[in-house]
Amino acid sequence: MEQTLTQPAEKFEAQNEVKKVTIILSVLTLVELALGFLMYKSFPDPGFARNFIKGVIIILMLAKAYYIVAYFMHLGHELKNLIMTIVVPLVLFVWFIIAFLYDGHSFNVNRNTYDRYKQAKGVPHQMDPNAVEKKVEHEKPASVE
Amino acid sequence: MSTTTVATDQKWWSGGRSPFNVEYGKLMMWYFLMSDAFTFGAFLISYGTIRFASNGWPDANFVFQSFPGLGSGWPLLFVSLMTFILIISSVTMVLAVKAGHERRKADVVKYLFWTIIGGLAFLSCQAWEWTHLHHEGAWWGSNPFPNSDGSLSTTTNFSNFFFTITGFHGFHVFSGVIINIIMLIMTLNGTFERRGHYLMIEKAGLYWHFVDLVWVFVFTCFYLV
Repeated sequence: MEQTLTQPAEKFEAQNEVKKVTIILSVLTLVELALGFLMYKSFPDPGFARNFIKGVIIILMLAKAYYIVAYFMHLGHELKNLIMTIVVPLVLFVWFIIAFLYDGHSFNVNRNTYDRYKQAKGVPHQMDPNAVEKKVEHEKPASVE
Repeated sequence: MSTTTVATDQKWWSGGRSPFNVEYGKLMMWYFLMSDAFTFGAFLISYGTIRFASNGWPDANFVFQSFPGLGSGWPLLFVSLMTFILIISSVTMVLAVKAGHERRKADVVKYLFWTIIGGLAFLSCQAWEWTHLHHEGAWWGSNPFPNSDGSLSTTTNFSNFFFTITGFHGFHVFSGVIINIIMLIMTLNGTFERRGHYLMIEKAGLYWHFVDLVWVFVFTCFYLV
């Protein structure tokens, strides 16, 4: 039962690597915070610039996750077998995120464009989501019934 | 094991050697963390789904803008502090694991101690933040914050997700601190010295880094994006 485990040569990482990864993580965090602050100061309204900054922040987040897992958790130095058994199942997240966010978005669209009187009375229905949105948010939905 | 000459084409799965080349406990810790990642993933993705399905959502820079002693008007500041506390405590944990590899008991004790302090500091920050938000009227089922476009919020989704997810993460930090305290006691008792290795510290370290990893995602999803 007791078997010796062969130690990969890089098993004991150098002090330098810890220092390097710490600096990388700190810098990435500072950049994220700077972008967040930029978004707060310069782009308060929703739009392309804001979404673009959010995208950059998410990419930086993934980079941080990579450094933590690969170096602090040491996965990068393990055998490929171990890396694969952990990383491959996580690929499910790709589907998971796309499917659910798409679902949330389409629910939002459906809700904003839905008109319960459209079929019953044949009146022109509201297809402008902004019109419905204003109605829902500024008046209480008591007017519906 | 006879010869350990590393051939380019190792037959890892034909028996006689460990195909993952790690001990049992560490492999199981990895599998546990993977399943935990799916739990957190499910939480965060449901948060994203609801946010995508909503017409309005509170502005994080408005909700999280207080700092103890400084009052309001400091968006991002307090959460930066929390993030750096967790990163630093992750670094001290790496150093504790490294010291364990080299069987330097005094250093293991020192770095574990600082890791525990970091964990407690993070939990204190979270306790302050929760208390502060609670005083402002936010709790499960109650959301006082307006949407970012200024309209009144019609649901309590924001508060529910915030307290559930940061609470679940905080619970992980809490259990991580408990595990680290147990590791510290075992180190001080000389348990690992007698055992001949400090591999247990490595498993506790994996858990602690995972807590830091999850915070990277929680921090981005709630405070930045």
